[in-house]
Amino acid sequence: MFKGKFIDNLPKIYGLYTGGFALFFIIMMIAEKNGASAKSIGVMFLSFTIAIYALIGVLSRTMQVSEYYVAGREVPTVFNGMATAADWMSGASFVAMAGGIYYGGYTYMAFLVGWTGGYVLVSTLLAPYLRKFGCYTVPDFIGTRYGGNIARLCAVVVLVLASFTYVTAQINATGTIASRALDIPFTSGVWIGLVSILLCSMLGGMRAVTWTQVAQYIVLIVAYLLPIFWISWKSGFGIFPHFQLGEEVAKIAALEAQFGLVKNSAAAIKAAGVPGGLSYISVPHSAAPAGAMAAWKYISLAICMMVGTASLPHILMRYFTTPNVTSARRSVAWSLFFIFLLYFSAPMLATLSKIQLIDPSLPTSIIGKPIDQVMAIEWVKNWIHVKQAFIADFNKDGILQLNEWFMRGDVVVLATPEVAGLPYVVSGLVAAGGMAAAMSTADGLILAIANALSHDIYYKMIDPKADVRTRLLVARILLVVIGALGAYIASMRLTSILGAVAWAFDFAMSGLFFPLVLGVWWKRATRQGAIAGMVLGLASGTAYLVHVAPAFNNNTPWLGIDHLRFGIIGAIVCLVAMVVVSLATEEPDSATQKMVDEVRIPSGRSILGKH
Amino acid sequence: MASAKQEAHWNDTKGLMRITLAIWFFFSIVIFMFGHDLNSVKVPLLGYPLSYYMTAQGSLAAFVILIFWFAGKQEAIDRKHGFSDAERTED
Repeated sequence: MFKGKFIDNLPKIYGLYTGGFALFFIIMMIAEKNGASAKSIGVMFLSFTIAIYALIGVLSRTMQVSEYYVAGREVPTVFNGMATAADWMSGASFVAMAGGIYYGGYTYMAFLVGWTGGYVLVSTLLAPYLRKFGCYTVPDFIGTRYGGNIARLCAVVVLVLASFTYVTAQINATGTIASRALDIPFTSGVWIGLVSILLCSMLGGMRAVTWTQVAQYIVLIVAYLLPIFWISWKSGFGIFPHFQLGEEVAKIAALEAQFGLVKNSAAAIKAAGVPGGLSYISVPHSAAPAGAMAAWKYISLAICMMVGTASLPHILMRYFTTPNVTSARRSVAWSLFFIFLLYFSAPMLATLSKIQLIDPSLPTSIIGKPIDQVMAIEWVKNWIHVKQAFIADFNKDGILQLNEWFMRGDVVVLATPEVAGLPYVVSGLVAAGGMAAAMSTADGLILAIANALSHDIYYKMIDPKADVRTRLLVARILLVVIGALGAYIASMRLTSILGAVAWAFDFAMSGLFFPLVLGVWWKRATRQGAIAGMVLGLASGTAYLVHVAPAFNNNTPWLGIDHLRFGIIGAIVCLVAMVVVSLATEEPDSATQKMVDEVRIPSGRSILGKH
Repeated sequence: MASAKQEAHWNDTKGLMRITLAIWFFFSIVIFMFGHDLNSVKVPLLGYPLSYYMTAQGSLAAFVILIFWFAGKQEAIDRKHGFSDAERTED
């Protein structure tokens, strides 16, 4: 039934895969009806999906350099869009985003604009040109455009710092999900997560990661959207919640006014013994705060996330895998479309989840009810038992007030199906989706780091005569080492998921954004300028982070630029240093200028190699 | 130095880039400079407050449409100057 090349059969193969997954879901539903336990369904969902990814990973094994680094440059536009979307949407997007919106309201949603708007920069300024260049890694572009090992090394340092900050959070997320679904300790969960991640990437490099990411995208988008539509329909909010929740948003605002958004004092929270990491509703759902400072905080966060998006190597390198420049550009549009499907649904999930808990006229509501009654509800009991939810009766009236209900943000995604009374099979599906999201991002990041080290450091600097076998062996060893290091750090639980994720964007924009963009758009940019930009940008950004981060020196941020936004400082320093030093040094030679001219047109041979 | 044909192509490309980024700037930044004031406007038919709607859906959708539009325009520029590679799939 599969005639011809693998690439020509992709729609058939993934169609079959999706059908198989739907069948598996139905079998699990039947199993639940016949008394299969919630736990065994969770185990089945995780092991079935991970086994499929591992199978794809093994089938995609390769011994060719261009397949290992850039999937043979034959990934079709739409499929590359799906793979990028999975690469992009991390455990944080899947599990933590709706919870962030639930607690952070309008202000938090700067992340939504930032994490989508950045793709406009990717498509206009970078992706098509980097594809024309024909590089294997992002530092490969810096190293060739500016020339010299120092520029290349600086790019590798920024790449490793940004990607490694990001990857520990992803491995952490795989550990959390695996430990919850399989009922094992967190540390074992982390190592199981790592083994699954390596199975997908080690044998086939970018080629294997591409085809597993497409499979993971299908699982994660189904796992995110199905519960939202189901909850909305079942609870009578309409079949297409995205266009039908206007009244509910207004109702939440009215309820906030009625209950009052009370701020608990830190002392009271501590005295009540609320477990760490839990939050309560204290910020309006849809109201935008007044004042110039509030607007600046929103805009500055959006800018950091947008510019950071356009500098993250694990995303940029996905566009190296398309057949030509035109398809790279179009592929960015498809990527954003597939990302949009999840991001424009997250606020709807947050709204549905909130209205179900706080609207006293709904049967699912818990706010305003007697606390002993709420404590008897099955899902409340379960989540309180695992310290993911908590009730503190501050005013001792025996009634649950809005500020007395504490919950971890992740619970919004994980528990809303249960609250709405959906079968447990949906919770199994959600666990599989979260695992897919975290694994696919971790794969892309570990590969980006290992490829930069093996290609840019080992092959380009240490041993340019290395044969293919040695290069691929080194690449794989590095992959395992980086993964193990990430898992080891994740198992020590040093950072909360989202703090670390935002930092990766700031690191990337501090060191890489302007050297990449000006490399294409400004012929006058010189090697010395790029090196000065990368070094000073990264150094100033990092110094500022240490200065303001609560975990370090905790000083008052300047102009509201806090530890989530330190990239603003780094990127501005980078730009100024790069322009000043470039103008002070001799302009690039004619060969370099000619190369830039060639990069700017889609037709003709790529700059490096035959592709 | 770049040929006259390449110069013309790059000028068109720069022009398209500026228009695209101006639209991007409007949807990602300008609207949210006035987030508080615009929120008192209700989106017709849907009923969401305007700034809330833009940050939850509107701007996101605008970006998706913008990038597809941009890709189409840039392909036209590439074809006009004879630099298109859309047919080329060397491997």
